[in-house]
Amino acid sequence: MNPQEVWIALSTIVRKEIRRFTRIWVQTLIPPAITMALYFVIFGNLIGSRIGDMGGFDYMSYIVPGLIMMSVITNSYSNVVSSFFSSKFQRQIEELLVSPTPNWVILVGYLVGGMGRGLMVGLIVTALSLFFTKLHIAHLGITLAIILLTSLLFSLGGFINGIFARSFDDISIIPTFVLTPLTYLGGVFYSIQLLPEFWQKVSMANPILYMVNSFRYGILGVSDINVGFAFAMISLFVVGLFIFALYLLKNSKGLRT
Amino acid sequence: MTQALTIRGLKKTYPNGFEALKGIDLNVEEGDFFGLLGPNGAGKSTTLNIITSLVRKTAGQVKVFEHDIDDDFSSAKKNLGVVPQEFNFNQFDKVFDVVATQAGFYGIPRQLAVERTEKYLKKLGLWDKRYSNSRMLSGGMKRRLMIARALVHEPKILILDEPTAGVDIELRRSMWEFLKEINESGTTIILTTHYLEEAESLCRNLAIIDHGCIVEDSSTKDLLRQLNTETFIFDVDSDLQAAPQITGFETVLIDSCSFEIRVNSDQHVNRVFDVLSEQGIRVTSMRNKTNRLEELFVSLVAKNMPDEQTGAQS
Repeated sequence: MNPQEVWIALSTIVRKEIRRFTRIWVQTLIPPAITMALYFVIFGNLIGSRIGDMGGFDYMSYIVPGLIMMSVITNSYSNVVSSFFSSKFQRQIEELLVSPTPNWVILVGYLVGGMGRGLMVGLIVTALSLFFTKLHIAHLGITLAIILLTSLLFSLGGFINGIFARSFDDISIIPTFVLTPLTYLGGVFYSIQLLPEFWQKVSMANPILYMVNSFRYGILGVSDINVGFAFAMISLFVVGLFIFALYLLKNSKGLRT
Repeated sequence: MTQALTIRGLKKTYPNGFEALKGIDLNVEEGDFFGLLGPNGAGKSTTLNIITSLVRKTAGQVKVFEHDIDDDFSSAKKNLGVVPQEFNFNQFDKVFDVVATQAGFYGIPRQLAVERTEKYLKKLGLWDKRYSNSRMLSGGMKRRLMIARALVHEPKILILDEPTAGVDIELRRSMWEFLKEINESGTTIILTTHYLEEAESLCRNLAIIDHGCIVEDSSTKDLLRQLNTETFIFDVDSDLQAAPQITGFETVLIDSCSFEIRVNSDQHVNRVFDVLSEQGIRVTSMRNKTNRLEELFVSLVAKNMPDEQTGAQS
């Protein structure tokens, strides 16, 4: 395919993916907004007012970046895993596999779709948070870069999960048993400075801690971790998982026997 | 004549050890209407799925208009349109989107994709349904939708895996007419089918595959010439107690007013009529017991059957 054809194929996949989640917006865009609004009300307003400051900010301001990041992570991942697995399960993926569309274009198309939903939900949650607190973005570039990289990383994760999955149970195992605990323990609701030293060290092994704290640094200017190190690690994971996903797309027996 | 499809030594062994293809060779010329026949599990769909890259081959070579599917997959795939056996489009998409989206996967600009979508939906009688959810279509309409989708990038080869399975007779006939029309316009067609009447009336060349091997590959005419025996059914206006005895012919009574008779290629049916007239039996109608190709198919496949399945003693 020439570059123009590649562009058309890519934009077709992206359009298809965005059409998919916007068509079912009641299932994809509204639930995270309601969940996050409840977090803001209960943890931020009701409980948060009794907690006091954290990291030099009132509790509501402190948890907003983490909650935005949490919704971006969850939605980027779940969009790609459910879309790709459904395509595989219902054999619609064959439409793409028989076409001359290169594998990397298929992968990028699904990733952009996942990022589209993740970022759209992120924007909705950010807009909701403005009803509860004032947002001052300390480092706009870092804020945007980290949210894009994180969304990309979890879209990749969802894609890989979608390739390996054999049943609908398989696509909920990782979000339920891995993603949710790591997110809750990733400093969304607290600073790891509050933890005993041993648990602080354990927390450092949680990749989501780096994403949440880097994003918080972008918005509030405070972080529990080294932001430069976080960027390097996330970028490294993105490159590694991209190569792995491409390999699977070419060689997985789940797609081509 | 340009070769539309060239297959050499194609083998496929699945991970469970099942040898689906045992080194087949096939040639399909440009403009041909080619049928790939065989019983269930013979290797027809595996062959088509390897050509369309849905199944990885174990060994061998496949070229589409001289483009190797391994080395030049983009050019090879652009020449192929695929109509699979099972519905594989997003049932929640609108009919128009199913076709127009597929055009995008082939790099066709949106404006042209929209024009082609209209052209093929109209040709296949689906234009009125363009805004309907595809899951709301009937089975026959869904099949036609898959044909429209396969044609939207105007491929040189159209591959159809049992396109008329489960389709009513009227629709089947109209699909035959449509396939003949696009074949006459220059598109090479390769189809697999269980309906041997379909193969006989549509295909100029046929290959019969069984147990992963090509057991016959020739023109439909030459293949039918190999048919040594035909079985006819005679309906008569007499009350038969036994099948009429006609020297040199094998007859079997079906019921009191019909019997079947086997006629070898070196025998003449006139003789049968003469004898029946002499016996005072009047024939009201006569027909083939089965489709001619079906008789040949059954005999070829039976020849290729392992001994334990035919009951032969070794």
